[in-house]
Amino acid sequence: MGGLVEALGLTSTFELLALSPPGWGGNLLRGLANSLQIAFGAFGFGLLIGLFGAYGKLYGGPILRDLLAIYTTVVRAVPELVLILILYYVGTDLINKLVMGFGGERVEISGVVAGIWVLGVVQGAYATEILRGAILAVPPGQIEAARAFGMPPLMLMRRVTIPAMMSFAIPGLANLWLIATKDTALLAIVGFNELTLETKQAASSTRAYFTFFLAAGGLYLTVTLLSGRVFKRVEAWARKGQPSLRQAKS
Amino acid sequence: MRAFLLPHRIVMILIALGIVLWCAFSMRWDWIPKYTDLALLGLWRTIWILVVTTILGFLLAIPLGLAQAIGPWYLATPARVFCTVIRGTPLLLQIWLLYYGLGSLFPQFPWIRSSELWPYLRQAWPYAVLALTLSYAGYEGEVMRGAFSSVAKGQVEAAKAFGMPRFTLFRRIWLPQAIQSALPTLAGETILQLKATPLVASITIIEIYAVASRVRQDTFIVYEPLLLLAVIYMAIAGLITLMFRWLERRVPTKGV
Repeated sequence: MGGLVEALGLTSTFELLALSPPGWGGNLLRGLANSLQIAFGAFGFGLLIGLFGAYGKLYGGPILRDLLAIYTTVVRAVPELVLILILYYVGTDLINKLVMGFGGERVEISGVVAGIWVLGVVQGAYATEILRGAILAVPPGQIEAARAFGMPPLMLMRRVTIPAMMSFAIPGLANLWLIATKDTALLAIVGFNELTLETKQAASSTRAYFTFFLAAGGLYLTVTLLSGRVFKRVEAWARKGQPSLRQAKS
Repeated sequence: MRAFLLPHRIVMILIALGIVLWCAFSMRWDWIPKYTDLALLGLWRTIWILVVTTILGFLLAIPLGLAQAIGPWYLATPARVFCTVIRGTPLLLQIWLLYYGLGSLFPQFPWIRSSELWPYLRQAWPYAVLALTLSYAGYEGEVMRGAFSSVAKGQVEAAKAFGMPRFTLFRRIWLPQAIQSALPTLAGETILQLKATPLVASITIIEIYAVASRVRQDTFIVYEPLLLLAVIYMAIAGLITLMFRWLERRVPTKGV
């Protein structure tokens, strides 16, 4: 047993995970902060795209609807890794062309912005489908009633559609948020210093692979479980005033 | 077909054809002949990994789902913990944990080094297959749990009333109906699994994504290999969808 503990590198685990420089704990936490920052940004950007996408799919003209269908189909069929590379190169090329067109210098795009842009476009496709389904689940009479009152479209969206669809959208969005946190790990492959890459660097320089990968797994798991809690509370808030499904069933 | 070919769609298809032709003639495709053999090998590896891990993962998902649906607590709890851990951590981290972690642990034991498995354990693909299998099983175990609990109780009770032995009941009544209700979800999960395969390129396995990366590094051509790669993945995803649709149609459904 002692040999196994030594082989796994558990004897010095606490020294390795210490927060101050000889330990690598600080690096891991910094990586986690980067990951969460990108996940938040991408989730928000994705929600924005999703909201417009869902409205476009439901109320837009035939061409817009077909284009959005192509967008959601392509994004959901092509691996995120490939999309990340394509969108990363397209994004940097476009910005550089724009900046040089105005006579500026070539710019380096920060990893955080690139990550948010890339993952946001991916998340947007999923969010479009989730929000479209949620809007369809709102009883049409509510939206028609608001229209009959002469409510302008934006106010209708803010006061009727979004609050009424929240309870249908939250479970899907909770899932999407978990996908966002896990997809940030893919940015490690394009060399962005988020949690997974920090972990790999720490692991390969100390050769204590199990310690660091398990620690990072624990961090990711904590984020997942905590978000589950938060989303349960948000769902309860979004459902307030609605009869509970569990009670209705029995 | 007529409903699909509306006037605006015809225009869009023409524009799409125009873009494809423009891509074909003005982008650089001269690298293709040099890399054809490697690309075919990579494509074969991608499909091989996808098929093997899906089948193994599904076989592992059945006991996981069953344990969570009807198992006693000492089976249900580990199964639930396994599914939560797999679904709560990124796949890339799992792959690296297995490849670098186990890969650095095994050489320390002389009996593993001298065993007949050692030539395989030194390669990367056993770790890739293991990681992807566990991941698929983790996600699918959750699906199968729902599918097992959703089988109508009367069906199982009727089989019991006939005096059917438990294993026959499981094989003839419970499992087929659970699989039938899980099929649409399985199709989606299999496409997710396809989208997970390029991750194994990060542990030195040359599959189709790694081939595209190599073309990019060798020739500094950025967009063409990536676009072709996206088209290939879309084609495989389309094939998977068609296959599952065919499977779903072969399973007789209840007349409504």
